[in-house]
Amino acid sequence: MQGVPDPGSAAAAIEFRAVTKRYPGREAPAVRELSLSVPAGEICVLIGPSGSGKTTAMKMVNRLIDITEGDITIGEQSVRSLDLTELRRGIGYVFQQIGLFPHMSVEDNIGTVPRLLGWNKQRIRDRVGELLELVGLEQSDARRYPGQFSGGQRQRIGVARAMAAGQPIMLMDEPFGAVDPIARDRLQNDFLRLHAEVRKTVIFVTHDIDEAIKMGHRIAILKDGELVQYGTPDDILASPANEFIADFVGADRGLKRLLLRELRDIELTSLNGGTDDLPTVDERTSLRDALSLMVTRRVTALTVMGEDGERRGTVSMETLAHFADRDKSDTGVEA
Amino acid sequence: MRSIIDAFQFIGDNLHFMLTKTVEHLALSGAAIAVSLVIAIPLGVTLGHRHRGSFLAINASNIGRALPSLAIISIGIGILGIGFINVMVAMVVLAVPPMLTNAYVAVDGVDPDAVEAARAAGMSPGQVLRQVEMPLAVPLMFAGIRTGAVYVVATATLAAIAGGGGLGDVIVNQATYGTPGVIAGALMVTALAFLVEGLFAVIQRLLTPRALRHEEGPAELLAPVIEGT
Amino acid sequence: MIAQLALPIAQGGPVIPTFQRGSNCVRENRQFCWEWFSSHWSSTFQPRLIEHIELTAIAVGIGFVIAFVTALVAYRWEWAVNPATAVFALVYTIPSLAFFQLMVPFTGLTRLSAEIALVSYTLLILFRNILTGLREVPPDAIEAAQAMGLTRRQTLTRVELPLAMPAIMAGIRIATVTIISLATVAAFIGVGGLGEPIFNAIQTGFKTQFIAAGVLAVLLALVTDAVLVVVQRLLTPWARAKVG
Repeated sequence: MQGVPDPGSAAAAIEFRAVTKRYPGREAPAVRELSLSVPAGEICVLIGPSGSGKTTAMKMVNRLIDITEGDITIGEQSVRSLDLTELRRGIGYVFQQIGLFPHMSVEDNIGTVPRLLGWNKQRIRDRVGELLELVGLEQSDARRYPGQFSGGQRQRIGVARAMAAGQPIMLMDEPFGAVDPIARDRLQNDFLRLHAEVRKTVIFVTHDIDEAIKMGHRIAILKDGELVQYGTPDDILASPANEFIADFVGADRGLKRLLLRELRDIELTSLNGGTDDLPTVDERTSLRDALSLMVTRRVTALTVMGEDGERRGTVSMETLAHFADRDKSDTGVEA
Repeated sequence: MRSIIDAFQFIGDNLHFMLTKTVEHLALSGAAIAVSLVIAIPLGVTLGHRHRGSFLAINASNIGRALPSLAIISIGIGILGIGFINVMVAMVVLAVPPMLTNAYVAVDGVDPDAVEAARAAGMSPGQVLRQVEMPLAVPLMFAGIRTGAVYVVATATLAAIAGGGGLGDVIVNQATYGTPGVIAGALMVTALAFLVEGLFAVIQRLLTPRALRHEEGPAELLAPVIEGT
Repeated sequence: MIAQLALPIAQGGPVIPTFQRGSNCVRENRQFCWEWFSSHWSSTFQPRLIEHIELTAIAVGIGFVIAFVTALVAYRWEWAVNPATAVFALVYTIPSLAFFQLMVPFTGLTRLSAEIALVSYTLLILFRNILTGLREVPPDAIEAAQAMGLTRRQTLTRVELPLAMPAIMAGIRIATVTIISLATVAAFIGVGGLGEPIFNAIQTGFKTQFIAAGVLAVLLALVTDAVLVVVQRLLTPWARAKVG
């Protein structure tokens, strides 16, 4: 019997095949025939109101919750066929309460799974050093204890611990929910940066639509245990499948779409003489922030500046509205 | 098994005597409990209410536990001589710590939000104490009283050595009462201890406001685990 | 012998041991005669102290094993908590002198009798503390351990038990100190320990003897408690390191 892919190997794709979870004594299933594919190396966000089954669905991947019907495969291997302990050692798990072991040093916490897998001490120590840097902590933190860190720092340690053995999959259940908004923002950015380097397949559960849009390559919206829509953030914002989704993403979804792009990503109008007195904006500003600037300055166009100080072109409010408004997403994919 | 039967025989033959001894035992215990209560409860409650003296109150229990009752009685004999006073002093010294510690922890640990709300509502400190802190503190405080009481009954057994009377007299006096007598005394004092424990458990139950009745039963016998690190 | 305490006490007046070279202190039966104490240390007190330590160590050791196993069972199968607590509380309530005497018809005037009683006294304290310690382990640490692929046994030995350590150590401390105290009464059935000089001295009325023995017992308890506190601190370094 094969185990999960070796540590350090490429990420694996996850697939839900008509997965259902029924609890005894309850009529409606918690998850009903969920089918979706998460391509290897992508972050798939599961989102929905409470009771939507998003956490249940995620927990069936590492069988913290048993599957009633259907199957989940990780790179073609059914999770039901794998030995439970081996399965879990191949999956990183990060959750809101973090769950660091208070009695172990940071190094021992992070090294938990490598130790289980029999790595030697030096290898573990090196790996811990690598990870501390990756998650934005100091090398000296390795010897300290969880109680000495703030919530945000502890979750960083949690993330490091979840990837220590090079697990190709990561499950994250509202991981940044317990920290203040500023720390959360930083954690999100740092995680995205980390993910760009170490491309694992991630399933990320949240109830915050803004977090979903920011973090997800793809978003799966669940309601009452069923999948309502699955697509890229742009797909969902541009073409919500029904009124529920339209409400869920918010009436400002048009503006939210503008967050997905920056000025340097779009085609700008070329400069001509008469635009010298327009307010300037850096090309790395999101379209939404550009629009916000136009509104506050009472202008309908801006001059876009590059990093080097050179003007790139101009952009008009009309152009921005166009991006907010289109029925189809950029790729022309129907939602 | 023989001895048990003989013992019951002994009780039957000497019923009046055994009952006298039991009453003596209870009287001695009752007096000691009363005195201990008078010392420990007001002190513990006051300290707890004012959130002062935690070091004293909590370590009282630790130190009290370390004092071998026999040693206290014997040191007492050395200082105070044989007699009722010595015995009383020894028993009070041993019973006060659990009562004091529990009373303190119970009042000190009352939900500060409840106290704050009471004070904000305009209750005087005395009213806060009587109407809010005491009712909430009763279960834990009473657990300490229960511990102290059972401890007193047990210690009263040893008090015979210092001339205290009670069932201990019978237990230490093999020569006079023979093995059946000794066993009889042991059985009766054990039964007495169970009775007192049971009685206090019932009283504790009755005194606990219904809303607070969660974890109970024999597990609450001891003073709380004080990890004095 | 020991059981005839009541008689001399009733007669009043202590009986002073007369020695050839009896010092003033001893003859006058003052509160405490240091000379006598130090000269009799190795013959009278040291052996009793060692006996006392042995009695205590054996009782706490055996009691711990029993309580530990019971606590693990109760941790796993909740229905076991109430019966176990009830039984342990029951034996704990038995007054010590009575307990020792009740053992005699069955197991004689032996160490076994004393140990059966002493072990019984440790059970409630140790059981409660071990169980409470296990129950208070943060559930998120357990969830993380399970999700990471630790087996049930690994979770228990690497996460739950270490985190329960403070409560377990507190229980051991309390139990040990309690047994040191109760073991003094065990001398009544002739098994030695620091209770013996106390009982003897009560018979003779020789103050130095029982004050010395009494104080020794108290000191033993306090020192043991302090040592165990240090052991506890050593075993749980993480408990002290908190956010500044």
